[in-house]
Amino acid sequence: MTAPTKPRVAVFKMASCDGCQLQILDAEDALLELAGAIEIVHFAEASSDLRPGPYDITLVEGSISTPEQEAQIREIREASKVLITIGACATAGGIQALRNATGRLEEFVRTVYPTPAYVRSLEDSRPVADYVPVDLELTGCPIDRGELLRAIASLLAGARPRVSTSPVCVECKRRGTVCVVVARGEPCLGPVTRTGCGAICPRFGRGCYGCFGPAQAPGNAEALGRRFIELGLRPKEAADRFRFITGWAPAFREAAARLEEVER
Amino acid sequence: MTHRRVEVPVIARVEGEGALHITARDHEIVDLRLEIYEPPRFFEAFLRGRAYHEVPDIVPRICGICPVAYQMSAIHGFEELFDVRVPEGVRELRRLLYCGEWIESHVLHVFLLAAPDFLGYHSAIEMAKDHPDLVRTAIAIKRVGNDVMELIGGREIHPVSPRVGGFSRAPRRRELEALLPRLEQALERMPGIADLVGSLERPSLPRRAELVAMVHPEEYPMNEGTMASTEGRRWTFAEYETVTRELHVEHSNALHSVIAETGTPYHTGPLARLNLNADHLTPVARECLRRAGLSLPDLDPFSSMAARVVETALAIEEAIRLIRAYEPPDPPMAEVVPRAGRATWATEAPRGTLYHRYDVAEDGTILEAKIVPPTSQNLRHMEEDLRTFVPGVLDRSDEELTRLCEMVVRNYDPCISCATHFLRLDLRRL
Repeated sequence: MTAPTKPRVAVFKMASCDGCQLQILDAEDALLELAGAIEIVHFAEASSDLRPGPYDITLVEGSISTPEQEAQIREIREASKVLITIGACATAGGIQALRNATGRLEEFVRTVYPTPAYVRSLEDSRPVADYVPVDLELTGCPIDRGELLRAIASLLAGARPRVSTSPVCVECKRRGTVCVVVARGEPCLGPVTRTGCGAICPRFGRGCYGCFGPAQAPGNAEALGRRFIELGLRPKEAADRFRFITGWAPAFREAAARLEEVER
Repeated sequence: MTHRRVEVPVIARVEGEGALHITARDHEIVDLRLEIYEPPRFFEAFLRGRAYHEVPDIVPRICGICPVAYQMSAIHGFEELFDVRVPEGVRELRRLLYCGEWIESHVLHVFLLAAPDFLGYHSAIEMAKDHPDLVRTAIAIKRVGNDVMELIGGREIHPVSPRVGGFSRAPRRRELEALLPRLEQALERMPGIADLVGSLERPSLPRRAELVAMVHPEEYPMNEGTMASTEGRRWTFAEYETVTRELHVEHSNALHSVIAETGTPYHTGPLARLNLNADHLTPVARECLRRAGLSLPDLDPFSSMAARVVETALAIEEAIRLIRAYEPPDPPMAEVVPRAGRATWATEAPRGTLYHRYDVAEDGTILEAKIVPPTSQNLRHMEEDLRTFVPGVLDRSDEELTRLCEMVVRNYDPCISCATHFLRLDLRRL
């Protein structure tokens, strides 16, 4: 009799800071335990033993930002049973999506690189789901380790992973954290941002800046922006609060655009 | 003439993407290029128009492995320009946070990325099957570094509390003191780890090299100091861009740095810091230096792993000292009033000096940004080391040669997402 084969897991990186993959490495103990239940067959940051697909579970960090990545993500999708995108870059284009829709890529290239001809880049930095079907998106900058481990454990148990879609505000109420907007008049994206981080920023005395992207039931991002203007922000500053780590996520992108109109 | 082309897929366990192309005939290198194809993300471009107080939340996204370094270089630069006097205790808390990052990053590199090379494994996970105690010890030490960061910063990757002016929240004394027992245990393990690293058989690379790091009159440099090199050069942060120069080479999305005057490469990182700051080593760090078999000066890049072990001990000792003396800054943050001008600052990231420059408008809007990460400063020297090293080992098998080239690159602990993930070795033997 042959032993049952373990699910084959792969980790890939597109345009990103490596922080989400590092969350996997930082899950040290869990990783060693998980290593008994799965077989990590492709994880370049951790191992030089890189094997070809097919893969049962594939985790992708990073946004699609170059022509090569566009081709690569299609191959990865072909080779993967379940494709999970991890982090703000893979799910919303990342902070590097601040170049999107500016029409200024060429000027951006010239600003950073002395010889622009050497640089190949797509006009926009986009989420993976813009190119291929994605089975589960785990947002966050970085992702939450617990969410990732629970998602993998669910898949191993044959269940569909579930992620919380409630906003950071709910988390603050649950924890009894004093509201930074009410107590200190500090602009906070908590009412419209998905929780997952554990409401870290309000607990550390500052407003949420939207790392986990728009909550499923976002309330009204534009209305929150108008509240920021009442608190003393200029419309451009209010728009910039949304045009940030997950600024290319549709709910935040639209809010920023409307608030910019107020400026004009 | 035999023409042989070998593709060896991947130099793994570095952060970022790249490839190494070598063409060799007999014992001579015909062509050698370290190619960086990490996609450009244009941070310096989209920073323009943003507010200074947003920068500590933007720049850590350049690198998930050394986010604190990015925050500290930016924050100190703005504070100097705006003439901010931070509350008492903030300086110490920043150093403690940085110690957490050094511990976490160095242990990640030494045990999870580099040690498998020396012990002959593909990964730390594989290594853990034969050396479970070693991997568990490493994980415990790394964990306490991560916990220092999480306690101060809210999370270890992209901390949220560091602000221009101080911290949005300072930890309570009791919270930090709870870390002491684990820090003390970690420190006890360091001399044994130094023995182990000293006993590993390692290649050597005799070379001439200019090593560059910050120096400080009273302490091992992290957040403050001035620049120095092993060739006797001295400069201030404001002079950084005149003393060094960045070059754009066709095969790389990362820029290469050289010393402007000579056009020659330089090497920044733990080995450079150690050579230039040996006077400020703490007692256990000094013991680790001896037990790892290092005697200074030491310019051999293969001594970098031992240098990281010495610095890990130093960071743990510093963390213990800082926690014992800790008084929470109250308030944790000074008021900040922006002004127009130029902010320049560097701090010592785990993998080397990280320089930032910002031109700022009167209302604190960023007009121009310049970020020179340690990896891009080291790239040219990595190529140089490979050029020196490879001819002597060309008679090895392709597999062995790949492993050795990976080790040469990994000496620099390149965070290639800040400049470039895997390195593919494309070797042509003519």
